Amino acid sequence: MAETAAPATKKNLSLRTSPAALLRAAFETGSVRGSAELSETSFLTMVGVRVNRDSGAGQRIASVTGGLPAKCGEVAGAGDTSVLWLGPEEFMVVAPVEAHESLGGDLLQALREALADGEGQVVDLSANRTTFELTGPRSRAVLEKGCSLDLHPRVLKSGTALSTEIGNIPVVLWKISDESFRIFPRASFAEFLGRWLLDAMREYASPEVP
Amino acid sequence: MLLISCPNCGSRDETEFHYGGQAHVPYPENPNELNDVEWSRYLFYRENTKGAFAERWLHSTGCRQWFNMLRDTVTYDIQAIYPMGTPRPDSPAATSSNPGTKPGTTAPEGATK
Repeated sequence: MAETAAPATKKNLSLRTSPAALLRAAFETGSVRGSAELSETSFLTMVGVRVNRDSGAGQRIASVTGGLPAKCGEVAGAGDTSVLWLGPEEFMVVAPVEAHESLGGDLLQALREALADGEGQVVDLSANRTTFELTGPRSRAVLEKGCSLDLHPRVLKSGTALSTEIGNIPVVLWKISDESFRIFPRASFAEFLGRWLLDAMREYASPEVP
Repeated sequence: MLLISCPNCGSRDETEFHYGGQAHVPYPENPNELNDVEWSRYLFYRENTKGAFAERWLHSTGCRQWFNMLRDTVTYDIQAIYPMGTPRPDSPAATSSNPGTKPGTTAPEGATK
């Protein structure tokens, strides 16, 4: 928990283990350069926010994060802080590692102060999910093997985040650009989903069968 | 596989949803005054409708919100999707004028489960 986090020291940081750390080497060897590359981005700061965006507290929180998304799929935010829509009154704030208060960041504190005694929640969920980055021209084909959403760029635009299932694992899928996706699985599913994605990527390492 | 149109998220696979049983089963006003038979009626007895059936669904993998659905138990045709707490849109006229209904998003005729 944030309240019990010790002050940042070199020792603390080296002891942290990300949920898919076990697969780091496998991601390295399993990535197909120029086709589909997979990596884990560890320890991003994530904050679960539950608030009515039209309430006073919602507007105060929006001014901290740079807006709250209005509907499913939208991503709001300013600078390197993004807010993903999870539900009508539920949002996920994603920020860089340094934004966490155990590393001296003030994002959580600012959000808590913005909520004040308004109706809602601000909860540090940084350890809840990990982040996979899937990039490359084949990344859509990899995801389509286990995701029932229409991932065609005509339907799924860049800058859209949807919570859905990939390989039967509940994830938040965020399309960063035409050929790159961020996938947020819960920590306990990270290893399974990592191996599932590696398996889905494997065919692109071989020459295409005409 | 059903395609269910969530009021918040749009059309999604049935696997993203959880079934919540029959809709519009009111909690007894004075549960303490019920005898065991009446209480068991409330707890366990549900309609076994052939045809249009009002039921609750939860979009558990998406927006995590509950909603009601009017579904044909024979054809799986989804006739209406409407918010929790609103009355059942029974007649065809009420169905077409319901704001929660999105035309053209029902499952195809004869969709199998």
